Amino acid sequence: MVFGAGSNVVIAASAEVLNFPILTALVILPLIGSLVVALLGHSRPEWVKLSALISSVTTGALSLWLLGAFRAGEAGFQFVSQHTWISQWGISWHLGVDGISLFLVVLTGILFPLVIVGIDVHNNQTSYFAWMLLLQAGVMGSFLSLDLFLFFVMFEIVLVPMYFLIGGWGYEQRVYAATKFFLYTMAGSAFMLVGIIATVALARRDLGIVTFDLIKIAEGAKFSTNTARWLFVSFGIAFAVKVPLFPFHTWLPDAHTQAPTGGSVILAGVLLKMGTYGFLRFGVYLFPQAAMWARPVLFTLAVIGVIYGAIAATMQRDLKRLVAYSSIAHLGFIVLGIFAVSSQAVTGAVIQMVNHGISTGALFLLVGMIYERRHTRQIDELRGIQHVAPIFAGVFTVVMLSSIGLPGLNGFVGEFLILLGSFGPARWWTVVATIGVVLSALYLLWAYQRVFHGEPDEANSSFKEMTPREGLLMSVFVAIIVFSGVYPKPILDRIEPSVAALIKHVEGQTK
Amino acid sequence: MNSDLTTFAGPAIDWFAVSPLIALLAGALLLLLVGSLTPQWPRGWYGIASVITASVAIVFLILLWRDVTNSGPKLLVGGALALDHFALLASIAICSSVLLVSLVTSDYLARENSDLPEIYSLYLTTAIGGLVMVAANDLVVLFLGLETLSLSLYLLAASNRKRTESQEAGLKYFILGGFASAFFLYGVALTYGATGSTRLVDINVVLNAYISVPRNDTLLLVGIGLMLVGFAFKVSLVPFHAWTPDVYQGAPTPVTAFIASSGKIAALVALVRVFITAFPSRADDWGPVVFVLSALTLVVGSVVAIVQVDVKRMLAYSSVSHAGFILVGLEAASHRSSADAGDGLIAIAVYVVLYAALVVGTFSIVTLVVRDSSDDGTTLDAFKGLAKRRPQLALAMTVLLLAQAGVPMTSGFVAKFAVIQAAVAVGSYKLAVIAMICAVIAAFVYLRIMVSMWISDTTTSDSTISDATTSETVEVPVFTGAAITIAVAITLVIGFFPSLLLDLTTNLTQLASK
Repeated sequence: MVFGAGSNVVIAASAEVLNFPILTALVILPLIGSLVVALLGHSRPEWVKLSALISSVTTGALSLWLLGAFRAGEAGFQFVSQHTWISQWGISWHLGVDGISLFLVVLTGILFPLVIVGIDVHNNQTSYFAWMLLLQAGVMGSFLSLDLFLFFVMFEIVLVPMYFLIGGWGYEQRVYAATKFFLYTMAGSAFMLVGIIATVALARRDLGIVTFDLIKIAEGAKFSTNTARWLFVSFGIAFAVKVPLFPFHTWLPDAHTQAPTGGSVILAGVLLKMGTYGFLRFGVYLFPQAAMWARPVLFTLAVIGVIYGAIAATMQRDLKRLVAYSSIAHLGFIVLGIFAVSSQAVTGAVIQMVNHGISTGALFLLVGMIYERRHTRQIDELRGIQHVAPIFAGVFTVVMLSSIGLPGLNGFVGEFLILLGSFGPARWWTVVATIGVVLSALYLLWAYQRVFHGEPDEANSSFKEMTPREGLLMSVFVAIIVFSGVYPKPILDRIEPSVAALIKHVEGQTK
Repeated sequence: MNSDLTTFAGPAIDWFAVSPLIALLAGALLLLLVGSLTPQWPRGWYGIASVITASVAIVFLILLWRDVTNSGPKLLVGGALALDHFALLASIAICSSVLLVSLVTSDYLARENSDLPEIYSLYLTTAIGGLVMVAANDLVVLFLGLETLSLSLYLLAASNRKRTESQEAGLKYFILGGFASAFFLYGVALTYGATGSTRLVDINVVLNAYISVPRNDTLLLVGIGLMLVGFAFKVSLVPFHAWTPDVYQGAPTPVTAFIASSGKIAALVALVRVFITAFPSRADDWGPVVFVLSALTLVVGSVVAIVQVDVKRMLAYSSVSHAGFILVGLEAASHRSSADAGDGLIAIAVYVVLYAALVVGTFSIVTLVVRDSSDDGTTLDAFKGLAKRRPQLALAMTVLLLAQAGVPMTSGFVAKFAVIQAAVAVGSYKLAVIAMICAVIAAFVYLRIMVSMWISDTTTSDSTISDATTSETVEVPVFTGAAITIAVAITLVIGFFPSLLLDLTTNLTQLASK
């Protein structure tokens, strides 16, 4: 079988449950949808949205089914499917899901159909949906890949649809933002490609074969201290750009602000998670010692991100840019949690990845709705919306409080676990990061106050209340926000075993 | 060797093994002689004759490929030519580029209102030169091939007699290329002086013997250096690249595609064969030089490409940077102590084959979109709003450009991956990182072209769109459409299933030696 002796992976059970390759389907379905949309576009434009919807909703339903079929309490990869792809280079189509990736897959599965249903595009629907679905395939593939090559392919292919989404449907500075996004991320992954190949070339000495199999390399290869550090850095740069960590973050405010609403939701919701997920799955898992060595630097950058993101968000006049900077702060928390490498902190980081996707995605949706109505995102041009659109304001409040991390809503669970788990291994960094929690309340509440309170002036007094369709869309988000805030246990139960196994792996390698 | 020197006996010739050359020669002569003696053929038939000739040559090459797979590589014509998979793969790539470029040229000439046999005949003679170069096991034979190729290319560059730019390009190419040939020939002479042979295999034997008997290597090293300069001109490595943008811009666009594909493949493969077969024992001397050339070529090619406004110049510099990438493979192959040095050879072969398809496809689209004869020249503006006017064409161009940028799921990524893998396997991390960073810089160039196709703001109002549609309709003629389709198909199929190509490279590292 494919797994090394030291692997704690259990795959025996999953194979007999059913032979349907569900993970492959999760990647291929949107891809097929994308092709169908692209081909139908000219002859039957009226079917475009329907076929986009069918393929994304089916993918979403499959991901929910996966959530149900996933056996809680097991640490290893489930639903593994592996096929040889490029035998000469030891590359295979190798997919698997564990507690760490499960909820990111589900998030990807449900966020895309919501974006496709919920947001109207005003021009060139065909290409928009085709790119969207291709993006979904790429993101799914990134979260499911257990092969370094496959992961890189998926990680990199995501750039293309996102580039066209920002560039084609974005706002005024879209070409600049799209190009910056593409080049920054590609520059980061340039190092990772060299790192991946070097990892494989060096692991061959220990394994005796050329393989890009993540598990085989992680369990079987022994890199010398210095080598592992170099390799970790090469992976780390790619992920740090993607997250983005503090000095590599400058593409994010532009990309987020200029992207169309759907693009921003996906970008914040799942694309950034590819960075944090990458740190966890490929950085910490492959090079535990090097990750521990790099901790002080990463803690520092993460905490700088938390504080810097919060302060920068406070200063913004553009509502969308404010949310963008708040992402930098939140992602800082996640990185802090990942590298604390304690059970609580990593579990918190994983759950926070999902929560940030939900609450920031919802925030971008709401900001998009404001823009649709008022054609401005400037905070000082908005006023008193609460008076004319109380339901809208109410939904905004819930989402905002979830982003702030109010107990009882989802944001609290992740942030609390991260801070709790990081306090031991990274005490002073955690103390500083806690200030970020307070700051997040400051910038969001202040923005809320300026936009929703007060007396609406003439332009804002005609602000339309939330439509039933928008309400339905937001109710999904609010339901998840409340449910996972009040009763996170089923989620934690599925995440924790995999996290515990990862931490055991790290401890085994570092002692 | 022939011990009896009093009577001259010609070497035995395996006629079947040289059948691709004969086919190409027959096609070239047919076009030139019959074409000039008979009245004007119906439109397009000259091109079809060239396509058929190239196809016949490809069939012969495939048959030879099977022979080599079965009975191993060997030397032909008394050791003048090598018959191995490395040469055959490059030969197939060259003949394929003749085939595709002939298709494009046919439509191009129709648009320019002329249809002549010479240009196709020159394609075929270029291919003969190219086939000789990639298989040459003798420096003198290599020079013959080089000159056949180069002279044909000079004429091709100047083949548009109506445009001064084309003639300027031809003249520039001729003068600089002549210098390069002279450098190369002088290098050959010095190497002969140092080793007493021009046979690549024999040179290696002689040089290996020198290792036990230390000798002064100055003559040899100068010879190697001069040959490298000659090759560097042909391949357009920095700092010998100055002719590239001018010639690429001035030459008729299909010819540019041909220079960038066939010309480059032939010179690169010959360069690799000479250095790997004849001078492996001096790899420690030329390896670092190749490192520097490669790094310089990558950096200058990709950085300078960014500031160009002319599409053909842009692609010319990008082709310079691709040459740098291929040289990374040669640098990897120079690490002879490593067991993985052979990966460099495979990487080079994979890269040149895939790059040929990419560059022909890209320039075919440029041929359609940008008129050489138009007043604004070949600026990027011609691509503005192409996605609205011709979505399929814009999509094809996008695939090809993304492949040139090395985005996964395209052949360009496979090529880049092979090269980086080869470099990393022998421990050339520095060059691998430089190459990858330059790939990112170069990506900006391709993004610029994509931006003007897809996201250009010029056609915002509806009236201008319809104006543009009526006045500047980009016709996609059948032959060119077929060539573009083939190029895009190769790009995507190999991108998804690299094994198809990699399967062919199993025996590639066994170069013919006896």
